[in-house]
Amino acid sequence: MLFELIGIPPQALFGQLLLGLINGAFYAMMSLGLAVIFGLLNVINFTHGAQYMMGAFAAWMLLEWAGIPYWGALVLAPIIVGVTGIVMEKLLLKRLYHLDHLYGLLLTFGLALMIEGFFRKQFGSSGLPYSNPLPGGTRLSFMFLPNYRAWIVVASLVICFGTWFMIERTKLGSYLRAATERPDLVQAFGINVPRMITLTYGFGVGLAALAGVLAAPAYNVSPLMGSNLIIIVFAVVVIGGMGSILGAIITGFGLGIIEGLTKVFYPEASNTVIFIVMAIVLMVKPAGLFGTPK
Amino acid sequence: MRLNTLAVSTAVLLAAGSAHAQYTNGTIKIGVMNDQSGLYADVSGPGGTWAAKKAVEDYGAAKKGLKVEVVFADHQNKPDVGSNIARQWYDVDGVDVIVDVPTSSVALAITQIAKEKNKVFLGSGPASSDLTGKACNANFIHWTYDTWALANGTGKAIVQTGGKSWYFLTADYAFGHALEKDTGDVVKKNGGTVVGAVRHPLSTNDFSSFLLQAQSSKAQIVGLANAGGDTINSIKQAAEFGIVEGGQKLAGMLMFITDVHALGLKTAQGLNFTTAWYWDMNDANRAFAKEFAAANGGKHPTMVQAGIYSSVIHYLKAVEAMKSDADGAKVVAKMKSMPTEDKLFGKGTIREDGRHMHDMYLVEVKKPAESKKPWDYVTVKKTIPAAEAFRPLKDGGCELVKS
Repeated sequence: MLFELIGIPPQALFGQLLLGLINGAFYAMMSLGLAVIFGLLNVINFTHGAQYMMGAFAAWMLLEWAGIPYWGALVLAPIIVGVTGIVMEKLLLKRLYHLDHLYGLLLTFGLALMIEGFFRKQFGSSGLPYSNPLPGGTRLSFMFLPNYRAWIVVASLVICFGTWFMIERTKLGSYLRAATERPDLVQAFGINVPRMITLTYGFGVGLAALAGVLAAPAYNVSPLMGSNLIIIVFAVVVIGGMGSILGAIITGFGLGIIEGLTKVFYPEASNTVIFIVMAIVLMVKPAGLFGTPK
Repeated sequence: MRLNTLAVSTAVLLAAGSAHAQYTNGTIKIGVMNDQSGLYADVSGPGGTWAAKKAVEDYGAAKKGLKVEVVFADHQNKPDVGSNIARQWYDVDGVDVIVDVPTSSVALAITQIAKEKNKVFLGSGPASSDLTGKACNANFIHWTYDTWALANGTGKAIVQTGGKSWYFLTADYAFGHALEKDTGDVVKKNGGTVVGAVRHPLSTNDFSSFLLQAQSSKAQIVGLANAGGDTINSIKQAAEFGIVEGGQKLAGMLMFITDVHALGLKTAQGLNFTTAWYWDMNDANRAFAKEFAAANGGKHPTMVQAGIYSSVIHYLKAVEAMKSDADGAKVVAKMKSMPTEDKLFGKGTIREDGRHMHDMYLVEVKKPAESKKPWDYVTVKKTIPAAEAFRPLKDGGCELVKS
């Protein structure tokens, strides 16, 4: 009855819900990294999209230049890109912590443009091929589920849960959370707060790169792949509540599904629907769905 | 997100001879406007600027005493940005002719400005066949290809080999709509049917949802009425979602050699598409490609870049013959009255509606094993003679055509 009302067969609907979930997995992973960085560093990391792109390119370079396949890249690329993030934090970002958020945003935005420009110059704008490590798929009753997409959802759930667990439920996580509240006190207990912050940024950047590696076989590996995604991911973080880890994960998956459904009912609006949701949420709950008003 | 980097001009002054007073400001100024940094930047972009400069050099402008300057700008695929640059160029900077302009929506805006200012616009990059149809004017020439020619070349070949029912994935702007309409017309004319279409926003990342809709339509052919990164993502994800294994075939209605490069032969093999030019067809093309690759980081030229070269050569011939570049409509009329000939496009003509007539080619992407050298990507299956390749003059609805 319900299905007749909305005018599409249930099978198509299930298919679209599942696809929405898959896209949501990317939003969740990306916004997770952003939320971790904002939560602990108070930096709005606009370089995140470029770092996601760097992850995908690192996977390509490892394959083409060193013969390291996808599964190796899954481990190595986030480490490599994470290290570049650490260098960036040490050299540049560190100097801005005492200033307004806006400075961090401007710096990371400028860096993102420079990084993207560099990759465009080196590799062109149309992209590079990266073949699928898990070809084939399963024919479900309502759709064909490619193995690789199933892997994306599983990997993303594991990563999201692992990160949430580490920050919310472990000793290390409690140090991190304490350091965001009162860095001076935590420092007084003998914990090296600046180093912890550096490593946190490296971790957040590594998460973006990991999402980039996961994206390489599914999407076009091009210098612009990050800038197309970053705006959406920011909306996800804002809807979830800046700095809220659980919020980032849940809204990531949720908005993936909403976007997926829009692609069926009114495809022309599929790239705007997330911003409509954002506007509504900001009107009702200005701190985001899971954020705490300050 | 790009910041407004606007109208960076690199002036290449190629002349020593005394400037003739007939040329406005004493200089023939060519403005290459295209996507310098976005998804179409490899299709034309900086390589297009290179091609225009190369044409000026090969024409021997300096030796003939012509003072020619080439400037370029990034329209970011936005009609408003492109229009602003065009007005600035025509009104203030003394640009006499704008060349290239991929992205049909921008080209449709600029052709109106060229008419209003009585300047010249030579479109190598745009696709919409409306530019020589209902939007035609006396200041514009459509040089390289158009949606009708693509639809006719690829669409006809596929319908004739049994691909009767079609479903379109269409980029939701002027170009996509024109390509979908023109292909749909060809399909129906040849006895096929169009069972549906889905419109996706420009620069979409994930096509799985649209592909699923195409899959459930049960159409034999999934026509991709999009371009650049959108086409690449569609094809890559179609392979993942088993569209081809499920018995449906893909038809990339507009594909460039750079798209094949980005997809890799493994994913792209067997695709048919229509092109106006291919670098490995003859010695002259190969020589041009070699120089192009040396100057552009190993990339090989697309048909759009070759078209820019060809259109600039013909423009220079016309202004040199007229000894003036002041009256845009008169220059274009002169260009139409002269047969075209250059090393890349060979011999051709320009029709009264502004359509440059030349042969088109139906090509097939090679299997990985068949590719013997870098960028060795396609085999030419069929040459479509100029007379058949483009829309018949009477069908376009261009007001310049006297019935």
